[in-house]
Amino acid sequence: MAPEEITDLLKKQFTEKITGFVFESAHPRVEVRADAWPEVARFLRNDKRLQLNFLRCISAVDLLEDEKFVAVYDLFSVREPGKSGSPWTAENEICIHVSTPRTDPHIPSVADVWRAADWHEREAYDLMGIVFDGHPDSVTDQDGTHPRRILCPDDWEGYALRKDYKFPMEYHGIPAVTEYDQTRPIH
Amino acid sequence: MHEVTLEAQPDINLDLTADQIRQGDMPTEEMLVNMGPQHPATHGVLRVVLRTDGEMVLESVPHIGYLHRCAEKIGETVQPYQYVPYTDRMDYLAGMNNNLAFAVAVEKLTGLEAEISARAKYIRIIFAELNRIASHLVAIGTYGLDLGAFTPFLYCFREREYILDLFESTCGARLTYSYITIGGVHDDLPDNFVDVCTEFLDYFEPKIDEYNNLLSYNHIFVKRTANVGIISAADAIEYGLSGPVLRGSGLNFDLRKATPYCGYEEFDFDIPYGKGLKGTVGDCWDRYFVRMCEMEESVKIIRQALAKLAGTEGQDVLHKKGKTIKLPKDEIYFEIENPRGQLGFYVQGDGGAIPARVKARGPSFCNLCITEKVGKNVLLGDMAAIIGSLDVVMGEVDR
Repeated sequence: MAPEEITDLLKKQFTEKITGFVFESAHPRVEVRADAWPEVARFLRNDKRLQLNFLRCISAVDLLEDEKFVAVYDLFSVREPGKSGSPWTAENEICIHVSTPRTDPHIPSVADVWRAADWHEREAYDLMGIVFDGHPDSVTDQDGTHPRRILCPDDWEGYALRKDYKFPMEYHGIPAVTEYDQTRPIH
Repeated sequence: MHEVTLEAQPDINLDLTADQIRQGDMPTEEMLVNMGPQHPATHGVLRVVLRTDGEMVLESVPHIGYLHRCAEKIGETVQPYQYVPYTDRMDYLAGMNNNLAFAVAVEKLTGLEAEISARAKYIRIIFAELNRIASHLVAIGTYGLDLGAFTPFLYCFREREYILDLFESTCGARLTYSYITIGGVHDDLPDNFVDVCTEFLDYFEPKIDEYNNLLSYNHIFVKRTANVGIISAADAIEYGLSGPVLRGSGLNFDLRKATPYCGYEEFDFDIPYGKGLKGTVGDCWDRYFVRMCEMEESVKIIRQALAKLAGTEGQDVLHKKGKTIKLPKDEIYFEIENPRGQLGFYVQGDGGAIPARVKARGPSFCNLCITEKVGKNVLLGDMAAIIGSLDVVMGEVDR
């Protein structure tokens, strides 16, 4: 199915919960409202026509000027062909954008829809600070309830991939000398 | 002299569950064991915390991040062609494939893809496949090493050396190549490359049988890997696994066939997948054997590509726009089939020369998350077999 057809299907099913779409792009995408995302995700996965069973990647993006974070979900459907022995196919390739305000970034977790989302969501929290509510591997501390960090230590402060991230000059008494501030380009 | 006949001992019954062991005469206590970060069988700095009861592993939790270098943040500070060397350092056993994934992603985003010459495309495929063989040789060799077979490791590295020599003669580097770059490949091939490469393929192809006899069908090796760490096909898709780990579970899925890129549709090759020859579909042996068969397929592809290369003499291999491109206000997500699985790059441009966001989806990262699921109620000794069969490279897991 082409991205246009998938979008039509979603718009018919979810009407105002689909907030936009872009086709004139190297990466055709559909924008989904954050609160409706698990519902849409379950539909994408279980609908007989779509069967988007393979979550390829979640990329967290910081749009500083628009005051929002975007979680980019890339999906396709891995299918067995009718004839046994011939290669399996990848169909219905689509990308979903879910945005959340920069001040209080929360997106419902879809780790119960695609198990693969578990580590991707942990990474997106660790590096971008998007809180995925209802994540199966959550911890509660002074930052509230959020997915457990995965790449940085548990007590790391801040989220490294944010555009306004200040590199810490020391960590537990270990000095960090960096030229990052001098070399960082301004976007 | 009278003959001595050795009879095989009956197999010890290892199919006990944790509960059965607990109910035995010997009371045992639970213990937490840190496997890694400095453990020879974790292939780098991977730490797996194991909750054990005697010899049984009841739970295993992988901890990663020891090699985190924030490669994605660096991507927001340099131009795409300057970022190519950083991609080498992610999966350092398959540098060529990493370069290719990033280069094609940027080319697709900027529309440069249509202008890449046929010669550059074939050279890319030859090097990607040569690197796949080199990477699988390390995977197979070190897997044997994990399970106590030292000899195959030395043979694998002997063959890998020939491939590294080919790389060195072409681009000067032996591990971090940066050879495939935005707009094609950096330099044309040396004069005698086709002859030397054909000579290598002729030499290498019969060696695969040698490894099979040495390791794949070795009784001890089969006992250690068959029916161990079984991943079902449904789980493989659910957890987003890819590459030989996915195909080991019996899925005939390869991006080179499913969504061909770079001209792979012109080549004739098969996709090896797990068939449960020695045990159950999706066990460690299947994952291992998929890699072995993939090397044969790579040889097939390289032979075809070398033949196609003959008609492209004199074409420009590097597009001049490669270093001066501006990224449009758009984004792309593009995946290729790395030796370890689907390596994806998400690149977002903002109209300037420097990307606003670069994200890498490492196949090792996604493959490793199955450890929690399969590392339950297994023997401690099998943990090395399971982690080794996933063939993770920590440089790419942690980025």
